[in-house]
Amino acid sequence: MSVTLSKTPIAPGALLDGFCANRSETGAVASFTGLVRAEQGVTQALEPESYEGFAEKQIEAMVASAVERFSLQDALVVHRIGRIGPGEAVRIIAAAAPHRKAALEACDHLTDYLKSRAPFWKKEHGPDGERWIEPTIADHQDAARWDEATK
Amino acid sequence: MTRLLLFGRLHDIAGWRERRLDAAPATLFALRDALAREDAALGEALAGPGVHAVVDQIIVRGDASLVGAAEVAFLPPMSGG
Repeated sequence: MSVTLSKTPIAPGALLDGFCANRSETGAVASFTGLVRAEQGVTQALEPESYEGFAEKQIEAMVASAVERFSLQDALVVHRIGRIGPGEAVRIIAAAAPHRKAALEACDHLTDYLKSRAPFWKKEHGPDGERWIEPTIADHQDAARWDEATK
Repeated sequence: MTRLLLFGRLHDIAGWRERRLDAAPATLFALRDALAREDAALGEALAGPGVHAVVDQIIVRGDASLVGAAEVAFLPPMSGG
């Protein structure tokens, strides 16, 4: 299990190659790569900020809970912080399991949690200046459906 | 010495991100009150919904002692990755 905050560009292909290496008992690796969207020029850059040290611990707890819930063999989260331009990767999430369903569901679950509950604050830079982005209602609903599933 | 940290829109409102306090108030609420007296806009933002306080990297609900605390952070609602 690995959680990293990166101040430099992340290369999803290379990270995934590394994550898939030497897995003789893994049948499925599911991954999600989030890219910064330009929104037709509204977003010139995105700038996620984090509380380093604290954030890794919070995300590691989320990942550990996903490893247990979906019986994963391994999981990877790499998240960019600092200023990122459109088209650049902001995060990669990968989950390894013996079978595809657990890997796909875990990846979806971790993506929803990171989108709404991880300690990041995102500033959007656009032609009219900058603004802080709050999670949308849909982001909260996406994360909440996993809470309901545990009841 | 206590390190005080603000994140997200809180540091934009305050105009600073980090400060070192030689003698921090004894409790979290006393610290928040002292910050509010100094900067009313920051005080209002710290009292807003969804703002969390973290003492030595542990989220605190309600008041807490700051005796011996090395780091206090105020976090606005988390916006996710």
